Amino acid sequence: MNYSNGDLWLIILALGLGTFLIRFSFLGFLGNRVLAPRLLRHLRYTAVGILPAMVTPLILWPEVTGGALDPVRITAAALALSVGLWTRNAIWAIVVGMGGLWGLGLIVP
Amino acid sequence: MPASSPRTAYLRGLRTALPFVIVVGPFGLLFGVVGTEAGLNIAQVMGFTVLVIAGASQFTALQLMSDNAPTLIVIASALAVNLRMAMYSASLAPHLGAAPVWQRALIAYMNVDQTYALAHADYEAAPDQTVAAKVAFFFGTATPIIPVWVIATWVGIVVGEAVPPALGLDFAVPITFIALIAPALRTLAHVAAALTSVVMAVALSFLPWNLWLLAAGLAAMIVGAEVERRMGARG
Repeated sequence: MNYSNGDLWLIILALGLGTFLIRFSFLGFLGNRVLAPRLLRHLRYTAVGILPAMVTPLILWPEVTGGALDPVRITAAALALSVGLWTRNAIWAIVVGMGGLWGLGLIVP
Repeated sequence: MPASSPRTAYLRGLRTALPFVIVVGPFGLLFGVVGTEAGLNIAQVMGFTVLVIAGASQFTALQLMSDNAPTLIVIASALAVNLRMAMYSASLAPHLGAAPVWQRALIAYMNVDQTYALAHADYEAAPDQTVAAKVAFFFGTATPIIPVWVIATWVGIVVGEAVPPALGLDFAVPITFIALIAPALRTLAHVAAALTSVVMAVALSFLPWNLWLLAAGLAAMIVGAEVERRMGARG
């Protein structure tokens, strides 16, 4: 990480203020205005649209391996995804995913 | 359902939220550990946790900062993850819009995934409650969740300083994201959005300044919304 202290606080404050304004928007100054169904439809997919893009390179080209495919990490990610889909529980997905990473790391040199 | 006083509504909110401490605690802990490992100091990690209170966007910012992405890209991408909260705000407005502005501001500040989901479910089940009771219920749900989030982060910072790098904690961030996404893949539209997101991330990975992230997110939102529209039109 290569940021000055000022840059880091700029990120923290901008993110804090921006997030507050998003949360305050309708509750605060837009009142009971009804969201256009079209906008609502798009907002529903913000998290599920951005987070997978974020994850993909981290799994396919991890920095620790210098960007080489790592079967252990791919398997651990697949385990976390399966458990998350199956249990619908984020904590179990993390436990099994990280457990898989450590377990497989012991077996595969 | 009989009209409840703010006091009973507050206690009901508190009780409803208690089990969710088990979900919020580990995320806060993880953010403390990973943030410290990434090189943030105590004040910076706590600054994120207290001022932002939104795990997924905090992890997004952290990941982009580990890649040394430009400051503006870090802010824009992390905020984009939080855009769903505009939807939360809009769906609470009919219930809480008449409350004093300082109460609405506090509610906005504490409007995280868990408090929102619990409050919204309660208001839908008992829409005739007074505004005061609805506000009290919301504060009830926030009472265990927000402090546990903050304290867990702090514990994570303390623990994080003792965690050896060999534990592969770099991988805790992608695993956490997967854990957040998987339970949300409820409909075909959600699955289509997630798949678009993955494909676009790979296809656009040549774009500079992490712009592929925003581009992939935008494409995925359009695909998700379009699939939902077509499914709805058919049904």
